Amino acid sequence: MGGYVGRRILSTIPVMAVVALFVFSLLYIAPGDPAAIIAGDQATPADIERIRASLGLDRPFLVQFGEWAWRILHGDLGTSIFTNLPVLDLIKQRIEPTVSLMLVTLVLAITIAVPLGVVAAWKAGSIIDRLVMLFAVFGFSVPVFVISYLLAYVFALQLDWLPVQGYTPISQGFWPWLQNLILPSIALGAVYIALIARMTRATMLEVLAQDYIKTARAKGIGQGGILFVHALKNAAVPIVTVIGLGIAVLIGGAVVTESVFVIPGLGRLTVDSILRRDYPVIQGLVLLFSFAYVIVNLGIDLLYTLIDPRIRY
Amino acid sequence: MAKWVRRSKVRGEAMDRRTLLKGLGGAGIVGAVGTTRLTAPALAQGANARTLRFVPQANLANFDPIWGTQYVVRNAAALVWDTLYGVDDKLMPQRQMVEQEEVTEDGLVWTFKLRQGLKFHDGEPVRAKDVVSSLVRWSARDPMGLMLRASQNELTAVDDRTFKWSLKKPYPKMLLALAKNNAPCSFIMPERIAKTDPFKQITEYVGSGPMRFAKDEWVPGAKAVFTKFADYVPRDEPALWLAGGKRMLVDRIEWIVMPDAATASAALQNGEVDWWETPIPDLVPLLKQNKNILVDIADPLGNIGSFRMNTLFPPFNSVRIRRAILMAMNQEDYMRSIVGSDDNLWKPIPGYFTPGTPLYNEEGGEILKGKRDIEGAKRLLAEGGYKGEPVTCIVAQDQSITKAMGDVTADLLKQLGMNVDFVATDWGTTGTRRAMKNPPGQGGWSMFHTWHAGADCINPAAYTAIRANGDNAWFGWPNSPEVEADITTWFDAKTLDEEKAAMRKLNKDALDYVVYAPTGFFLAYQAWRKNVTGVVKGPLPFAWGVSKTA
Repeated sequence: MGGYVGRRILSTIPVMAVVALFVFSLLYIAPGDPAAIIAGDQATPADIERIRASLGLDRPFLVQFGEWAWRILHGDLGTSIFTNLPVLDLIKQRIEPTVSLMLVTLVLAITIAVPLGVVAAWKAGSIIDRLVMLFAVFGFSVPVFVISYLLAYVFALQLDWLPVQGYTPISQGFWPWLQNLILPSIALGAVYIALIARMTRATMLEVLAQDYIKTARAKGIGQGGILFVHALKNAAVPIVTVIGLGIAVLIGGAVVTESVFVIPGLGRLTVDSILRRDYPVIQGLVLLFSFAYVIVNLGIDLLYTLIDPRIRY
Repeated sequence: MAKWVRRSKVRGEAMDRRTLLKGLGGAGIVGAVGTTRLTAPALAQGANARTLRFVPQANLANFDPIWGTQYVVRNAAALVWDTLYGVDDKLMPQRQMVEQEEVTEDGLVWTFKLRQGLKFHDGEPVRAKDVVSSLVRWSARDPMGLMLRASQNELTAVDDRTFKWSLKKPYPKMLLALAKNNAPCSFIMPERIAKTDPFKQITEYVGSGPMRFAKDEWVPGAKAVFTKFADYVPRDEPALWLAGGKRMLVDRIEWIVMPDAATASAALQNGEVDWWETPIPDLVPLLKQNKNILVDIADPLGNIGSFRMNTLFPPFNSVRIRRAILMAMNQEDYMRSIVGSDDNLWKPIPGYFTPGTPLYNEEGGEILKGKRDIEGAKRLLAEGGYKGEPVTCIVAQDQSITKAMGDVTADLLKQLGMNVDFVATDWGTTGTRRAMKNPPGQGGWSMFHTWHAGADCINPAAYTAIRANGDNAWFGWPNSPEVEADITTWFDAKTLDEEKAAMRKLNKDALDYVVYAPTGFFLAYQAWRKNVTGVVKGPLPFAWGVSKTA
């Protein structure tokens, strides 16, 4: 197992190298000039050129890439063109809100979606099943920002139960931290819940049709035990796969959710950096997301071994 | 229900509906049914009343007002750094950090004396050498500063409170240069900070103004915090824009960047923020209905919409073709596309300067007045030699103003029978492409849309867009010696009457040449909660004099 983990971690290196080259090249050829944005509307072409030179943006592609890659290898993600702050510092500032949002969303989604999917499979064909599937369609179809606006309108503006916007660090209290995340995580979680619920239902239906389930029933095991102990455990592998894949959905959705609910997370930092062509920040963030996704996938693969003892690496 | 429960009990599993619902976890989320806001304990009322929560117009992604000339940076910098002079609401320069000034009869030597007791946020006194370094840095980036540099003999500190600026030729606009609110303003920084290369960012934010910048609380692009500087010495006069006594009546100002207008609107209605700088027109009626919110014009100097035509290549290298566009365009169409049906928010302008200001005039503006003449414009197009060349029209879709104007222009050009190559892009790309001098079909452009703050269009001082000095002009590179001569005449004018005469000629010559196409004058609203008082109209959001009750 240790060897497997080690090999997987080593294999992230070429993956990250390809991602790094791809992102750097893409930004290099993309239109837009951060020097022009920095210089402002009143700047002369000479001003823009001078800023470009001071930022090192006038150097050849290979020189810029080489320097950047060298710094990455030394753990230096560079400095933001606009804020003049280290990219690592910017990420540290913003990582807690994003991780908090994703964690709460994940917990909420799994807590709601898995039981929903189980019940839908148990009551397949019934009104409950249809309602769950309708909810899933809703979750897939309605954009995150629409759900966000509806939630904010009802629960914040009309009922005044929760704040419209903002983020409170957990160091300032658990409840203040959580209350800012409830609405965003419901909004972000809707599509995730839909995805997991449908997958749970599908795999549960398959498992519930197996002979060993009939045996369990014949032995007198209660419905709860059958559903949540015997069947769910055997259906867990595809569900866990979908949860892992859905992390990417969460990352994308976090961008919109953070903008709507004014959460100062990595998603907003990504959008802002792209719009103003803050290349070092964009590159740093893409590398971070890629690395995180690789690690999440590794974690999911390792989780399989816990769920299914037959899986060994 | 009972039958189902009995079956569960026989099997020894409590699988009733209540258990199922608990398993679904629904109760936790709506556990506060019947209660009011599920908030953490609110700030004590006193503390809340001393913190002003403001939603600015844009991200404060960097905080060097000389290096980055965005309006939002200038607005924040005005809290943290003071200036030697400041314009009042009549746009007249007034002393701010300066106690007195003298100029020799020949206009060549200016001597300034600083007020007593001025301090930086690190406790150090403001000295003349700090001022000298600050002015050196500012003048490297500012158009008026560059003019001063070009005719400068020396700029020196005479003693701790006195500095002297001697010139080779008189510069009557000296006080305006030091007072103006156009970015970059001549903010006064400590010498060590001011010695930073003007093309590189400062890394320290020690100021001279009424508020400190709380760098440790700054989340670029999300939040900026300013705290009251207890040792700031305001002037005795009442505050009037950038002049007078900048008295802070709150201890803390939080700038909360909200990219989503609907969220900002909801936050203002909910009392989570106190003041919103730029509500979008669509949401203003909603805010006006709220009894806890006040809405009023933000900046009486407003904005001037524009599109620039590339004078280097056909078709707009022809004055007649440019004039044909002016003849046909309808400023009402442009303005309504931006502000909607609210007639209080726009007016037509047959010229280039800000309505309601002392130097405004309409000389030569007949081409923009009256009924639009499409047929006449078509004839002028033909006379100008238009042969059906594609008009590459760059339109940034991520700015609502340029998007709206771009759609109107595309329709106008089609009405005129022109061949439109509509390039929908983003503002960042527009910024790059407009600087290219390639032909339109080879990565260049024929026209792009933008707008200018009215505060920048009061006179030629900071009005880069009115210049017509060819290669050194703003994008579009208009080249008119007459326009340039008029601008020089204005700079040299010594009296208001002379300035007005120069401006009338400038307006006419600029319109005759068509330096750019002005699409109209428009205003915007600001909105704030009723427990906030002292909010005034102005070219930037002035926080001095603003107070708040809990």
